[in-house]
Amino acid sequence: MNRATIDLWVGIFVVIGIGALLFLALKVGNLATFSSGETYNVEGRFVNIGSLKVRAPIKSAGVVVGRVAEIRFDNETYEAFVSMNIDSHYQFPRDTTAKILTSGILGEQYIGLEAGGDGVMLKNKDRIRLTQSAVVLENLISQFLFNKAAEGKDEKK
Amino acid sequence: MVEIQNVAFGYDAARPVLRDVSLTIARGSVIGIMGQSGCGKTTLLRLIAAQFLPTQGAVRVLGEATSGLDREALYRMRRRMGMLFQFGALFTDMSVYENVAFPLREHTVLAEDLIHDLVVLKLEAVGLRGAAQLMPAELSGGMARRVALARCIALDPQLILYDEPFTGLDPISFGVIVRLIRELNDSLGATSVIVTHDVQEALGVVDYVYFMAAGRVIAEGKPDEIRASREPFVHQFVNGELDGPVPFHYPAPAYPAELELAEV
Amino acid sequence: MSLAQILEHTRGRLERLGNAVTSYVWRLGFASRFLFYTVVHSGTALRRFRLTVAEIYFAGVLSLIIILVSGLFVGMVLALQGYETLQRFGASESLGVLVALSLVRELGPVVAGLLFASRAGSAITAEIGLMKATEQISAMEMMAVDPIARVVAPRFWGGVLSMPILAALFSALGIFGGYLVGVQLIGVDAGAFWSQMQAAVDLRNDILNGVIKSVVFGVAVTWIAVFEGYDAVPTAEGVSRATTRTVVTSSLAILALDFVLTALMFTGGKPA
Repeated sequence: MNRATIDLWVGIFVVIGIGALLFLALKVGNLATFSSGETYNVEGRFVNIGSLKVRAPIKSAGVVVGRVAEIRFDNETYEAFVSMNIDSHYQFPRDTTAKILTSGILGEQYIGLEAGGDGVMLKNKDRIRLTQSAVVLENLISQFLFNKAAEGKDEKK
Repeated sequence: MVEIQNVAFGYDAARPVLRDVSLTIARGSVIGIMGQSGCGKTTLLRLIAAQFLPTQGAVRVLGEATSGLDREALYRMRRRMGMLFQFGALFTDMSVYENVAFPLREHTVLAEDLIHDLVVLKLEAVGLRGAAQLMPAELSGGMARRVALARCIALDPQLILYDEPFTGLDPISFGVIVRLIRELNDSLGATSVIVTHDVQEALGVVDYVYFMAAGRVIAEGKPDEIRASREPFVHQFVNGELDGPVPFHYPAPAYPAELELAEV
Repeated sequence: MSLAQILEHTRGRLERLGNAVTSYVWRLGFASRFLFYTVVHSGTALRRFRLTVAEIYFAGVLSLIIILVSGLFVGMVLALQGYETLQRFGASESLGVLVALSLVRELGPVVAGLLFASRAGSAITAEIGLMKATEQISAMEMMAVDPIARVVAPRFWGGVLSMPILAALFSALGIFGGYLVGVQLIGVDAGAFWSQMQAAVDLRNDILNGVIKSVVFGVAVTWIAVFEGYDAVPTAEGVSRATTRTVVTSSLAILALDFVLTALMFTGGKPA
């Protein structure tokens, strides 16, 4: 096995290895939608974030426009403080609503943005004032039961 | 060239291999170190090559004590030595040419054609110039050892160590190696140390002999003196006698008792 | 047996156990120093890159066939088994996700690592052990060439560089095998297969972590292989025992490290 042949085979080996990595990155992973572009930061306060996680998507009209950057607990207002990174390509009005939604029935939670009508756009470090918290299943059930019980009492009257 | 003063050594502390060895090797001579298997002669060679350090005493090689050397100094010293291993120890993944060129490539920055000339020179000296492209697996024992010898002298060493160079050789290869040892020593102006137990042939090529037994030097002298020696061990060794200081029988209980013969 | 004898017997056993543990720990320390020395003296391996390239050939290229074929088959089996279970929950369109995540996160690095250990690791150990047994290492030392820099370091870096490539190839081929079985054979929708996979497999969290794992495994396996070879008893039996130890120790190391790395990487280090 002379040197030239060895070099050739090692070269082929490295090339197909890099090819495999590229295949994994592009076709398998989400490199194509990986935005390392510019983002601006907005914040919002939620009464309950449910099971929202850091890096959860932020979608508007179903399209991913950003990612959740940070989630903290505000000890003064006893609310959740969520910091969001939104792609600089997308501008939202100041009266945009941020809602915590679930993908599917039991899927993971994300933030949905519904644009308002204000002429002025959100800038970096702005706050989204209109927020809607996540729907907590237990609260839903207890509310349902409470309503049912109230209905029953009404009927009895 | 080499001075060994009151050296003691053991691979582990409990069993000393060398007890109190002193000898000197003069420049330009061919010295033989002989003795039974296990008497410590190969160990002594390793101490000269500084593969190990003596637990007591001093080993001085080429003017420096081996005990005080750091890695750099040790490697510098080893570049002036060559060692021929018992079965050649050629690098099996390289051709004969590459094996002989190895020390040149590693230690010099000579151009390829210069290396080529040197390799051809060394192979010619051992008579194997035509075998340059063979692989070690294709060589006979004698040829492999000759190639190893060529590799040994590639950098023109001042001290050449031979570890049992005659083991397992046919008479012709034997004669070749014996002659090469003497010729190379004289033409390179080097000093050679041969560890062996091939008495008759070695006595024909060396200038001086040291005899070892049980970790000590028990006799020394020129070949003629050794041949004529009255010392019982030397006599038994040189003449290949069956019994003497080295008994024929390994210690065992009485023979009749073992056979359970009745008392006669 | 009297009480004294029983105590004596137990004491003997404990002593032997203690000795075994001590000698094992000592050997680990020795191996660590060996690794440190190899890395520090890697100058030759990197300057004369030809040597390392030759070793990448022997460790990596010659392992290609077994890695590619195994990857393909593992991916195909994953698709078969996965479909079987997923379709019971009506989630058969997530087959791509199952195959890709299993391979990229776990099976790629681990199985490729195990195969690498048994093929290339044992070969490296045998080669170095044999060089030791035939005195080639001593001859090199006598010629003032550091055998660790000349023989061990190129093999070490050859293994470390080959391993991530082999793991990536294993995963890639596995996914392709999963595609072949899932889409072509079983009939899962191709669009769903790939798009759900792309949505679920994250470049940083999954693929990068898989690559990190394969690098760690590569270092572990090659380290064990070169050490066992260099430390082998220089006889035929010694070399064969060293080879066995390489395969066994490497495999255990891979599985243990996999557990540690998975715990660190994939089970939220930070609470959400």
